[in-house]
Amino acid sequence: MAANGIFIVRILRQAGPQEKPHWEEFEIRGRTGLNIITVFRDIAENPVTRDGRGTTPISYDANCLEEICGACAMLINGYPRQACSALVANLEKPIRLEPLKKFPVVRDLSVDRSVMFENLKRTKCWIPIDGTYPLGEGPRMAPELQEKGYPLSRCITCGNCLEICPRVNEHSHFVGAAIISQVRLFNMHPTGAMHAGERLDALMGEGGIEDCDNAQNCVKVCPKGIPLTESLAAINGQVLKHAVTGWLRG
Amino acid sequence: MRQPRIIVVGGGLAGLMTTIRVAESGVPVELFSIVPVKRSHSVCAQGGINAAKNLKGEGDSTDKHFDDTIYGGDFLADQTLVKGMCETAPAIIDLLDRMGVMFNRTSEGLLDFRRFGGTLFHRTAFAGATTGQQLLYALDEQVRRYESENKVHKYENWTFLSIVLDEQNICRGISAMDLRTMEVRTFPADAVIFCTGGIGAIFGQSTNSVVCTGSAQSALFQQGVDYANGEFIQVHPTAIPGEDKCRLMSESARGEGGRVWVPRTPGDKRDPRTIPEAERFHFLEEWYPKYGNLVPRDVATRAIYRVVYQEKLGLEGQPAVYLDVTHIPREVLDRKLEGILEIYEKFMGLDPREHPMRVFPAMHYTMGGIWINDKDQATNVPGVYAAGECEFQYHGANRLGANSLVSCIYGGMLAGPAAVKYARSLQAGCEGTPSIVFDRERTHQQEINDDLLNRQGTENPITIWKELGAMMTEHVTVIRYNKALQDVLDKLDQLEERMGRVNLADRTQWANQTLQFTRELSNMIVLAKVITMGALVRNESRGAHYKPDFPERDDPNWLKTTRASYNGGKIKLDFEAVDTSQIPPRPRRYDMAS
Repeated sequence: MAANGIFIVRILRQAGPQEKPHWEEFEIRGRTGLNIITVFRDIAENPVTRDGRGTTPISYDANCLEEICGACAMLINGYPRQACSALVANLEKPIRLEPLKKFPVVRDLSVDRSVMFENLKRTKCWIPIDGTYPLGEGPRMAPELQEKGYPLSRCITCGNCLEICPRVNEHSHFVGAAIISQVRLFNMHPTGAMHAGERLDALMGEGGIEDCDNAQNCVKVCPKGIPLTESLAAINGQVLKHAVTGWLRG
Repeated sequence: MRQPRIIVVGGGLAGLMTTIRVAESGVPVELFSIVPVKRSHSVCAQGGINAAKNLKGEGDSTDKHFDDTIYGGDFLADQTLVKGMCETAPAIIDLLDRMGVMFNRTSEGLLDFRRFGGTLFHRTAFAGATTGQQLLYALDEQVRRYESENKVHKYENWTFLSIVLDEQNICRGISAMDLRTMEVRTFPADAVIFCTGGIGAIFGQSTNSVVCTGSAQSALFQQGVDYANGEFIQVHPTAIPGEDKCRLMSESARGEGGRVWVPRTPGDKRDPRTIPEAERFHFLEEWYPKYGNLVPRDVATRAIYRVVYQEKLGLEGQPAVYLDVTHIPREVLDRKLEGILEIYEKFMGLDPREHPMRVFPAMHYTMGGIWINDKDQATNVPGVYAAGECEFQYHGANRLGANSLVSCIYGGMLAGPAAVKYARSLQAGCEGTPSIVFDRERTHQQEINDDLLNRQGTENPITIWKELGAMMTEHVTVIRYNKALQDVLDKLDQLEERMGRVNLADRTQWANQTLQFTRELSNMIVLAKVITMGALVRNESRGAHYKPDFPERDDPNWLKTTRASYNGGKIKLDFEAVDTSQIPPRPRRYDMAS
């Protein structure tokens, strides 16, 4: 690994949502263990482009820096992933950084993913408890069920699965794999299952599970290795059954 | 009856629990957070949450949890509040379980519990090694439900700047800044609850998230909200050092049987897997036979320092020791620790199931924080409350692992209803406060922005921050000397003076992260002074505060809370008696059977 020496980073800059994007190049001094976040801090300390022009520090989303808050997703060499866990040593140079394209750009690499949180609301992804007052223990749960549910509950709402999905585009309202996988999680919980129908209702029709065309890209870019395609298949089955029983109910 | 107005600042575990409790009582909440609340730092908590549910037939009890917490905190924690927390903890676990947290289970379908530091019982409920994430999500989901019912209004991507104080020094709201438009606005409120978390950024590289700057606490302090026990800083024994942050390797690795060791031969360059057992120095197990690898964090951290710096046994002469889980079956590791092993693998490029991990202590947590009373999380300023890591009452001189999550939630459970009760008791609510009070604060905060944006200096805020962090980590963490602390105070004055000459490389009015950071950095320096001053005067060793020149705990002089106040730019320290009403102080000796 060439830990030392200079490498080049190309960043797609955009001053605001309505501004025109443009590329800037930076020279960064290589060190052991460097990740993309450290690159941004280097630039903030010396905001000068490769051709010697002064510029502004890079705007980007970041918080935990250990790939569990979901904030720092961006396109790194064209691939959606978290900037914190993208180690410079493992990346092809020059490194290309762009904002996620399926979400509105706020500035530079910072994007607005509030649509994902809105969709969690629309699909009622919660357990409707009666209240926080003492009501005794929760439902018993077989270890097998916990082992199925836990991986789903590790979704960090980063948006990578939406970014890579061909069905998420300006012409569609597809909620994407992350949300559908969350619906599966709540529908499998003993209490959540009591309200499964409400969540499935929200996934019927436009933007719902039918919009998935089974491209199976989502599962490849999930940083948490969530079995998203299993979730899509499971919810597809649940929605079909729900539609049929709904039709029978009249 | 008029509807009270409540603001919660911070959307981690404490902030969300507070929000839920207020919304549940029928009072609407305005919730402010720098990041979308689901990305708050609570996601980083790994190992678990303590509650003496005694599901392993060990005879555990809430009294024992209470005693372990007070003893672990070297008798500085408030005993009345801690007792309440430990007694409520089992019900908190039940509540989280009802909210759908995917806790690990036993074969009978009950909650599983693991060991953690500073106790001999299996008392820690866990969801893999991402318990904080799972808990935060459960509360986030409940808040989202209230949001869908219009009982909670979120202001995400906003940062708190200041409280609005009226002529009687009563809090009547806050000023905050939209981190996209950079607009400064005031928001009236009858009560404000601060749940603004940790202060890791003051130490440069810590295990904390980017938003954990302590800026809000410092802003409050400079407006008259007292700050207590600032000198008590927890350094976690096992983290992966990094240039951007130190990544925590949870105590749960040791709770599940992980062992800390170094080769007995200094500079041993062999592959650790080839070093025979007899040539490995399991120093925690040898020095602390009863607790072994599960001594409290301050004890483990000092032991690592001793091994590395005094006995010169760091790995290949470097500041590092092994945290070894390679003897634990792969199936157990994947079921119980996958979250952290994945972090090690991704950031270090080695599979810890096969290779012992290289770790070193890193700044992790502040026991000190906003001064609150011993009843209902109220600060000394009417209308201002605090809960979670940002306040000081629950962990004394050292926090036990897996007690932070429970203290956040318990604090939130108290703070929410207390703030509502206070707001309802007011004869005149915030709507009676003259608009000039709000206008004045907004103008003042806007002027700070304008001044920073127009400064024509030569100093770079990132450079100042790096110097701050390096200095604080070197001199104000594990081992403290008065001379060095005095030097730090002098240098903090110099940094403050240099802040007057910062040059913002970004002078725009849209999503200007440089402006936000520079404001935070000014506040960090003030809080660094509070921490360092407390460390300088406290001439004893207690919990995480260790001075080789004063190696013993000194109860007659220092069984006291340090309480810092701010007046006219001057920081003043006072000392208050500590609540020892239930458990009389006794020597804290983890190397002896007690």
